[in-house]
Amino acid sequence: MLRILGLVAAAVLWAAQGFAADPIKIGAVVSVSGPASFLGEPEKNTLEMVKEEINAKGGLLGRPVELVLYDDESDVNKAVLAAEKLLKKDGVCAVVGATTSGSTLAIMNKFPAAKVPLVSMSAAEKIVTPVNPFVFKVAPSDRHAAGRILKHVKAQGYKNIAILSVSDGFGQAGREVLKELVPAQGFTLVADEVFGPKDTDMTAQLTKIADAKPDAIICWGTNPGPAVVARNRAQLGMKTPLYMSHGVASKKFIELAGESAEGLMLPAGHLIVASQLPDSQPQKALLMAYTAGYQERFKSPVSTFGGHGWDSLKLLAKAIETAKSDKPEDIRDALEKVAAFPGIGGVFTFTPTDHNGLDENAFEMVVIQGGDWKILQ
Amino acid sequence: MLFGAPQYLVSGLTVGATYGLTALGFTMIYNTTGIINFAQGEFVMLGGMLSVVLLKAGLPLPLAILAAVLCSALAGCLMERAVIRPVGRAAPVNLVIITIGVSILVRGVVMLIWGKDTFALPAFSGAKPLRFLEASVQPQSLWVLAITLLVLGALKLFFSRTIHGKAMLACACERKAAALMGISVERMAMFSFGMSGFLGAVGGAILTPITLTSYDVGVMLGLKGFAACILGGLGNPFGAAAGGLILGVLESFGAGFISSAYKDAFAFIVLLLLLFVKPTGLFGGPKSDRV
Repeated sequence: MLRILGLVAAAVLWAAQGFAADPIKIGAVVSVSGPASFLGEPEKNTLEMVKEEINAKGGLLGRPVELVLYDDESDVNKAVLAAEKLLKKDGVCAVVGATTSGSTLAIMNKFPAAKVPLVSMSAAEKIVTPVNPFVFKVAPSDRHAAGRILKHVKAQGYKNIAILSVSDGFGQAGREVLKELVPAQGFTLVADEVFGPKDTDMTAQLTKIADAKPDAIICWGTNPGPAVVARNRAQLGMKTPLYMSHGVASKKFIELAGESAEGLMLPAGHLIVASQLPDSQPQKALLMAYTAGYQERFKSPVSTFGGHGWDSLKLLAKAIETAKSDKPEDIRDALEKVAAFPGIGGVFTFTPTDHNGLDENAFEMVVIQGGDWKILQ
Repeated sequence: MLFGAPQYLVSGLTVGATYGLTALGFTMIYNTTGIINFAQGEFVMLGGMLSVVLLKAGLPLPLAILAAVLCSALAGCLMERAVIRPVGRAAPVNLVIITIGVSILVRGVVMLIWGKDTFALPAFSGAKPLRFLEASVQPQSLWVLAITLLVLGALKLFFSRTIHGKAMLACACERKAAALMGISVERMAMFSFGMSGFLGAVGGAILTPITLTSYDVGVMLGLKGFAACILGGLGNPFGAAAGGLILGVLESFGAGFISSAYKDAFAFIVLLLLLFVKPTGLFGGPKSDRV
């Protein structure tokens, strides 16, 4: 009797394996814990949400998608180990990650050798310049945000620009880009001031900037520094227009800066102003759907970072479907041909020379009014 | 060339007051126990964070600040009872290391409970700046300067006029002799930790409307406060406050007239130069070599 049961069980198992098609394995290296977890957690949530959505619709090429996700704990060494495991042991056909620029830069050179495509969720320009044939990224570059600000500055007819940046990685990367773009686009850089990430008073820098009489100030940093800059500007009674970077495009900034945030302008991803977009905007429907889906499932507000997870997995899915293959090299070739693909971060068009696929239009200029964002026309 | 000088002075005094208040807390504990308490910055952070949390919980602002300050004072007492007293016979350097441990613990706990975000408090009497000479001053800066001076005066009276203050000084000079004179050295030590928790938290609460607060503001404040202590002469409350103000003004003028990128460097270069010339600090007498 037992023997018969055993045989039946074996037969059923064998049959089940035969029916379920081989899954398409996609790897992911995400900083779910550690200091970068505020980026990695929404990314992981979104990746799993998108995977389930794809599988609920019957998967890709009639096969289910399997996500092999490793947490690199915001540690570059762990990201390298995770990438090696994905490439050598798990045999995935494509990889999403890493969360941080440092980790991406550390793992990206393994991918051409393994001939597997990598889609990074981090922002550093070095990831895609010079182009590495197997490496793509979905987060917009600082250059796009700076370009968007300067476009607005030019439209107002301003000439003299002052920059004020925080002395950390984000601020200094932005400062380098601005120092290159400001003179290149015909503006005059009249002041270039810096503040520390933990500084609590920037009136000295602002007073110095006021002395240089700029037409506009561009402040590049992440909370809390820019909030202090906004407060100090109000304190000093300065009327010079102040532009912020996309680094403070969150409600937290408005909360910290309070009334002094009124009238500040910044480039922001479309996600935070989705409901104000015209219906004809190609991203609007999916931005609204993503926001609603994410908030219902995870009970927390959406962030641009989660959007990077959405973009990377959906882009891979699109490439696998157009290539009709899950061979890593076919996916790479198909990725490079993706055109006008609406995502959360923007409308992507990859080419052999552009593996970021975004431009200044990934950002919308917004102004803070009545404690909320408003799209500038 | 002199454009902005009044503004730099005002900014420097405001920031300097934050350093000075932290430095006062260092002085309190040092004067009684001979220990440098590196968790002092965390008391400042607790004062600010607890005020924010209590305000959000629905308490009115003055009550929230009062409760936050009392909680921090209690935390100071608790710290002395729980971690300093059990190793009372250890060398001061061991105790200093313990305070560093406490600072990491407090920071970690606050981060886990209230997260890594930055928070703000409303200003006590509006945010409309006042014009003074050519500088604009936030009303909150005046609150900070006034309260700092008030605290300084009260401390001066406490140490020179009251029996408790004198008893605390006696403990620092010679524990054994103080104990023989009938002073409870242990109670005085606990009292001094409580008081410096109180001082730090007052600083944290009145500064938060200007500087914002988060779980890790104590690190930099602790460092700058300690530098202010050394600049003014370790163990001298007046020197600590003055050291803080001087440090703040130096930073502000450095940022304004030379380069904001090297702002933190100016203060420390001046500190180093001063220590080469006068190792006891600006206002430190021969008393400061007593440890």
